[in-house]
Amino acid sequence: MGQLVFWRNEGEAAELPPVKDNRLSVDFPAIAENEQLARMLVSAFLTPLDPTMEELSDVKTAVSEAVTNAVIHGYPKADERNKIHMFLENRNRLLTVTIVDYGVGIEDIALAMEPMYTSKPELERSGMGFAFMKAFMDTLEVKSSKSEGVTIVMSKVIGEEKGDNREHE
Amino acid sequence: MSPLFEIRKNFLVIKVKGELDHFMADQIRLLSDTYLEGTRIHNVIFDFKDTTFMDSSGIGMIMGRYKQVKRLNGRIYAVHVGPAVERIINISGLHKLLRVARNVDEALEEK
Repeated sequence: MGQLVFWRNEGEAAELPPVKDNRLSVDFPAIAENEQLARMLVSAFLTPLDPTMEELSDVKTAVSEAVTNAVIHGYPKADERNKIHMFLENRNRLLTVTIVDYGVGIEDIALAMEPMYTSKPELERSGMGFAFMKAFMDTLEVKSSKSEGVTIVMSKVIGEEKGDNREHE
Repeated sequence: MSPLFEIRKNFLVIKVKGELDHFMADQIRLLSDTYLEGTRIHNVIFDFKDTTFMDSSGIGMIMGRYKQVKRLNGRIYAVHVGPAVERIINISGLHKLLRVARNVDEALEEK
């Protein structure tokens, strides 16, 4: 089993190979099992961009938080018609993730985004979901109003981390 | 993948296999109650050797177990903490509530 290690030094990031722009649009039922599915889809979508382990983990965590929020908070009553829409877009290494639910919505977005705040302490929610989305992505936008669902748009440049090493088998 | 439970002395060892998300956090919460409620087991060791992912649902579940055993002077340990889990634990502040040991045996010796 051979191993090749590429070192990427500062200044070389601009020389990353070009990747064709791409889009993926998908709808799935709002069930806990689909949190994993959403993570797998975004991982597969990112593969051509050759993300670092950290970039991949950042994006997977942010997607997981957004989808989990929709499953738990967007749709407090389980119903097979509850739907989540996910849209992924890559434009010149800028990944944009849009997660939409059509559930109960958020009345006070600023309060919901406060670290450690949770509307469901009885479910042992940590209240860290939005904080993680903010920490792991470059931008985060939350749009909602009561009973009109939630739209989350977050983006991150993939491949901008400099001086890291990449391993290829 | 399902979590594995093991009893060592008065410790509950939870081997977290795969991805610790909302789905698995719920499974661990439900199963761990049978071991912790009304028994003599007051300490929990989370073994992250085979954990590939963790999000805020995992944080919430571990905080829940911390509150549960704290009343009985129990402790929460994390062992085999890899980079993916370590980052989440540190960012969330959870590292202040739990003790990190290299492996299960080291955690068992501490108390």
